[in-house]
Amino acid sequence: MSDQTVSLPAGVDTIGLEAYGPSGPKPRHTFSRRNIFLYGTLIVVALYYLLPLYVMVVTSLKGMPEIRLGNIFSPPLEITFEPWVKAWSTACTGLNCDGLSRGFWNSVRITIPSVILSIAIASVNGYALANWRFKGADTFFIILIVGAFIPYQVMIYPIVIILREIGLYGSLKGLVIVHSIFGMPILTLLFRNYFSSMPEELFRAARVDGAGFWGIYFRIMLPMSLPIFVVAIILQVTGIWNDFLFGVVYTRPDTYPMTVQLNNIVNSVQGVKEYNVNMAATILTGLVPLVVYFVSGKLFVRGIAAGAVKG
Amino acid sequence: MSKSERPNQLFRNLNAKIASIPMILTALVVFVGGTVWTVFYSFTNSKLLPRLHFIGLDQYHRLWSTPRWLVSIENLLIYGVLSLVFSLVIGFLLAALLDQKIRFEDTFRTIFLYPFALSFIVTGLVWQWLLNPEFGVQGVVRSLGWESFSFDPLYNSSIVIYGILIAALWQGTGLIMCLMLAGLRGIDEDIWKAARVDGIPTWKTYLFIIIPMMRPVFITTLVIIASNIVRVYDLVVAQTSGGPGIASEVPAKYVYDYMFFAQNLGQGFAASTMMLLSVVIVIVPWAYLEFGGKKRV
Repeated sequence: MSDQTVSLPAGVDTIGLEAYGPSGPKPRHTFSRRNIFLYGTLIVVALYYLLPLYVMVVTSLKGMPEIRLGNIFSPPLEITFEPWVKAWSTACTGLNCDGLSRGFWNSVRITIPSVILSIAIASVNGYALANWRFKGADTFFIILIVGAFIPYQVMIYPIVIILREIGLYGSLKGLVIVHSIFGMPILTLLFRNYFSSMPEELFRAARVDGAGFWGIYFRIMLPMSLPIFVVAIILQVTGIWNDFLFGVVYTRPDTYPMTVQLNNIVNSVQGVKEYNVNMAATILTGLVPLVVYFVSGKLFVRGIAAGAVKG
Repeated sequence: MSKSERPNQLFRNLNAKIASIPMILTALVVFVGGTVWTVFYSFTNSKLLPRLHFIGLDQYHRLWSTPRWLVSIENLLIYGVLSLVFSLVIGFLLAALLDQKIRFEDTFRTIFLYPFALSFIVTGLVWQWLLNPEFGVQGVVRSLGWESFSFDPLYNSSIVIYGILIAALWQGTGLIMCLMLAGLRGIDEDIWKAARVDGIPTWKTYLFIIIPMMRPVFITTLVIIASNIVRVYDLVVAQTSGGPGIASEVPAKYVYDYMFFAQNLGQGFAASTMMLLSVVIVIVPWAYLEFGGKKRV
């Protein structure tokens, strides 16, 4: 087998494929040809993935004169935090010149209640579907899951009408409801599958002891399912923070979430383009999900893997 | 069931039913109701406000004779096919590379996946800056002495959609890699042992044994990528705003602009109905394969 590996010509684009399978023995030589290919490719690809982040940070720390002269990849000669300050507190969108801080706090005020509400609804739903199945429940669940594939554009306008009728169109509350609605399919699926995998005896024993629907939920299911709640929180925080479409449709300029405001700052046509401020603003907007990502590590992967199996 | 038991049936499990009200409302009112409403009103000539004046298929005739819609569809097709192919290929290759019992696997995976945590707006704005012809990649290569070097996808209407594709792949391939890696990890070690005993080269094992075994993973991935493709919106708004001209317009943006800027609701409804149709075309065969197959078992 090792002959096979060595005899392959260098530079073939099957670098990953020529190597041993996952169960292969650990190679003895650290600098074998295989390892150089393997790690070489991985490092080059990793650099490519990191490049935009690096350019963002570097650009945001330069002054405008330096940006006009130098190239985007060179590290800043003179580090300045002015673009960050400006992006946060004085950058203009339309008539408002109070920077991204407004959008940040709007996003916080949108994300926190949306995460709590959507998870509360979905976990109870999932629990009812897993343990208290009633006639027709599965039909609604299937509609819900199929609905997750309908393009949002199809449902945007009817929701505008509904929100207008109940007087919440343009308010943060309205957007919270929208996020709870569209988070429901995936979260309900997540919780349903989790609760279904719990031992049935537990549920039965609690029933025999006289616990009811809410009693079992709060005293048994909830304390036992912390991991899945963490996964759901990660999924929702990043998803809602990163949302743009719902923000732009269901809020007004003074309640715009951070992503919408960021886009308005960077893509505004008036004035001189300040690339350093733009990049500082971009990093600021990406910071929350990035922190969630780097802190949560493997749980994030679990969250997206769960989010991925929508079908 | 006797008739006297009926009321009992209704109130049995009452708490579960009450708890499911949000789900039932979402499923029936928003998902079914909203969809039916939009399709229904796409046959009217609603302008600023929805109104019930039916004009048959006129909105669809107008839609398919609007150059901007045709450009949107063409872009979506190019973007869709290429992002499907590249996501799967790059995602699988990266997963296969990471599956070689390498050191620092977690570090590499963290690096490949982090763009996925960022929003499309952030992604679009970063790549708008990187692809800036004056200061970005083109400017840097030119300043190194290659004066005629040209790479300005965002300002060239014939290749702008590839500029968006680059950003989309940067953002999304990490997810595909993760799914593929999970698929590869799910394959029995004995398969590899058997293949090695038989002297089958590794690349052949991947191509003819492992990939066919990973069919469910590939199908799931395919559905995810496909349903994300139809939705592409934020990225285009951030990166090009549909420009230069209308060169990078996409259907989702067409819908939004007609509903909320052009105040031509009917057109927006017709366009969103077409989007729904394209999803149905993707989802139905998949659902048939998945759930039709289950019945046979």
